[in-house]
Amino acid sequence: MLKMHNKSSLKATFLIIGVFVLRFANAQNNGGSVHGNFQVDAQYYQADSLIGAPKVPEKFLSNAFGNINFIKGDFSAGVRYEAYNNVRQGFDPRYKGQGIVNRFARYQTDLLDVTVGNFYEQFGSGLMLRAYYEPGLLYDNSLDGIRVISNPVKGITLKGLVGKQRYFFGVGPGIVRGGDAEVNLNELFDSVLGSKKTRVILGGSFVSKYQIDTDPSLVLPENVATYGGRINVIREGFNFGTEYAYKINDPSIDNNFSYKYGEVLFATVSYATKGFSFLLQGKRVDNMSFRSDRNESLQSLLINYIPATTRPHTYSLLALNPYATQLKGEIGGMGEIQYKFKKGTFFGGEYGTEITLNGSVANGLKPVGVNDSLTSQTFYKTDWTDIGTEYYHDFFIEVSKKFTKKIKGTFLFANQFYNRNIIQFNAENAGYKALKSTIGVIDISYKYRASSTIRLELQGLFAETPDMITNSNLVAKGNWAAALIEWSPTGNWFIAAYDQYNYGNPTIKSQIHYYLGTFGYNQGPHRIAVSYGKQSAGIFCVGGVCRTVPASNGLTLSITSSF
Amino acid sequence: MKKFILPFLLLTLFSFTYSGDGDKIPAVTVKKLDGSKVSSSTFNNNGKPIIISFWATWCKPCKKELDAIQESYSEWVKETGVKLIAISIDDARSAGKVVTDVKSKGWEFEVYIDENSDFKRAMNVNNVPHTFLVDGAGKIVWSHNSYTDGDEEKLYENVKKLAAGEPLSH
Repeated sequence: MLKMHNKSSLKATFLIIGVFVLRFANAQNNGGSVHGNFQVDAQYYQADSLIGAPKVPEKFLSNAFGNINFIKGDFSAGVRYEAYNNVRQGFDPRYKGQGIVNRFARYQTDLLDVTVGNFYEQFGSGLMLRAYYEPGLLYDNSLDGIRVISNPVKGITLKGLVGKQRYFFGVGPGIVRGGDAEVNLNELFDSVLGSKKTRVILGGSFVSKYQIDTDPSLVLPENVATYGGRINVIREGFNFGTEYAYKINDPSIDNNFSYKYGEVLFATVSYATKGFSFLLQGKRVDNMSFRSDRNESLQSLLINYIPATTRPHTYSLLALNPYATQLKGEIGGMGEIQYKFKKGTFFGGEYGTEITLNGSVANGLKPVGVNDSLTSQTFYKTDWTDIGTEYYHDFFIEVSKKFTKKIKGTFLFANQFYNRNIIQFNAENAGYKALKSTIGVIDISYKYRASSTIRLELQGLFAETPDMITNSNLVAKGNWAAALIEWSPTGNWFIAAYDQYNYGNPTIKSQIHYYLGTFGYNQGPHRIAVSYGKQSAGIFCVGGVCRTVPASNGLTLSITSSF
Repeated sequence: MKKFILPFLLLTLFSFTYSGDGDKIPAVTVKKLDGSKVSSSTFNNNGKPIIISFWATWCKPCKKELDAIQESYSEWVKETGVKLIAISIDDARSAGKVVTDVKSKGWEFEVYIDENSDFKRAMNVNNVPHTFLVDGAGKIVWSHNSYTDGDEEKLYENVKKLAAGEPLSH
């Protein structure tokens, strides 16, 4: 009852603020501005037992959202409406129904920036806190509460926030509160350091969550704090940044209710000059799942974000077996070199040639169990020098070349290692063999008229040993080939045909063509696309967050628009 | 039923107040490549047009578009005084690659990182690439989502029209 009352009084407050501001705007007669965007994805499903696409009782499912934002001077406000009738296959079925899931009002000046309602925020690189929204994955862990940002003097930014996280059409049980301070030394001591070539930025954060302990047998910490610091040093082409975070014991489903502390270190160093760059990234994560509900899993109620140090791929066969950070524990890194052969050189040819060499690896830690006989709490130990089994690697070379004014091409060759037990099934003993594969991609585009292009993509994935076959349709099987042809006759229209063929499947009847035809129209900020075909089951990742998509067969309509 | 009252009221009120004559860039904090923070409300080009292009290091068509513009960028600047502001929406996973991509590709644009997509949301961008045109008075007058080869020529036609004060086409 009390909760209901709070919710409606909050709504009433927003309404009053909204009406007040808009009346004021009207009186001033200089409007302010209204913007928004809209997206709907709807699919008509057909069952297909061969690819494992289930029968969908509703036959037709759709996801949709619309944002409306109002801005006038220092004031802004907005709402987002979402509707799932019912939610499409592959998303969490707890997204059911429709309603306003995000509303905020914000007042912003140089000294003070106050937001009430839902907001998104990131401290440092997100190791301790990141409230983020990715509609394609239905990832939304916005905080519903209050945030204050202040720049008391140039070079110093202070942030403070408190709130609860979005959880489907409500909020999670835990309270999240945190603060962050960032100092840009060159800006703060402008008279002494302002003109120096070396730029230094320091930052520190503190984030804590509160969740009541109702466990009958364990004594669980109700307040869990995480804190850490970061430094960024930049001098001309050199760039160095690192961040460390520590979390006190936080028993949860993710760590099997272990009382061990958590920590993470993330570092990047790079050098870049015209035509050449070099990047090195390293990371060690140990027990760093941080959620506002200790009983949640998957992508729900995550407070922090631990970025994967592997390269996100967009070619489908390269992304067939993608990596996601293992919050339990992992050590890994990535190195990349980019070089551009100049025009007129042997390798550069008439238009220049770009080459990228990239290698990334992720391994587990070696946890050693320790039990406390006095309290029956479980712990484990890890060592910074002990590296465990390999989880993933991806080595690739990519060459991009413009051959003539009309013809461009990209060629990519990769070697991947994918520990399916860990990445897909989250258990060392799940019983699957790791997948070792070699992947090749050829991508050629031919611009035959000013705004008319044909693009052809050929891909092949060659598995070193065919995968173990199981009843699960989520397991990729043997070799794959894929071809795409895309035609944009006018720049507004496009039509594409794609076929992904599992020709190497050891089961003959499972050697299936996953064909997909797409037809679309773009105009300004509006886009409509219709596609028909079979989608193979797999893991779909955008912006570092991954989700499993089931096999499906049917007609999909997608409309996006902004104004 | 009660659920719908708020949005409907707001919508009704918004529709009365919407001025409809183009709009300013919203004020959002973004990061420069030297790590310092600036507000997008300070974007300006001394009364000349601005192109704002949302991209990401993992987005192939985005990089194709910026590469294509780079090829004729110095001519564009000379002829119309236009400035391109490239906004990367890379998150912490790939934000480190923004500076290496920009420099090794030799892009001469003004580049900012929008690490938690705050500016992307404020500009109502659904997907990248998304390109905006801003007139000399700082008003957003045109936008386009997606890129296919040759789109940069259409974009430049509109930049020229904007610089000459003619109406734009889509």
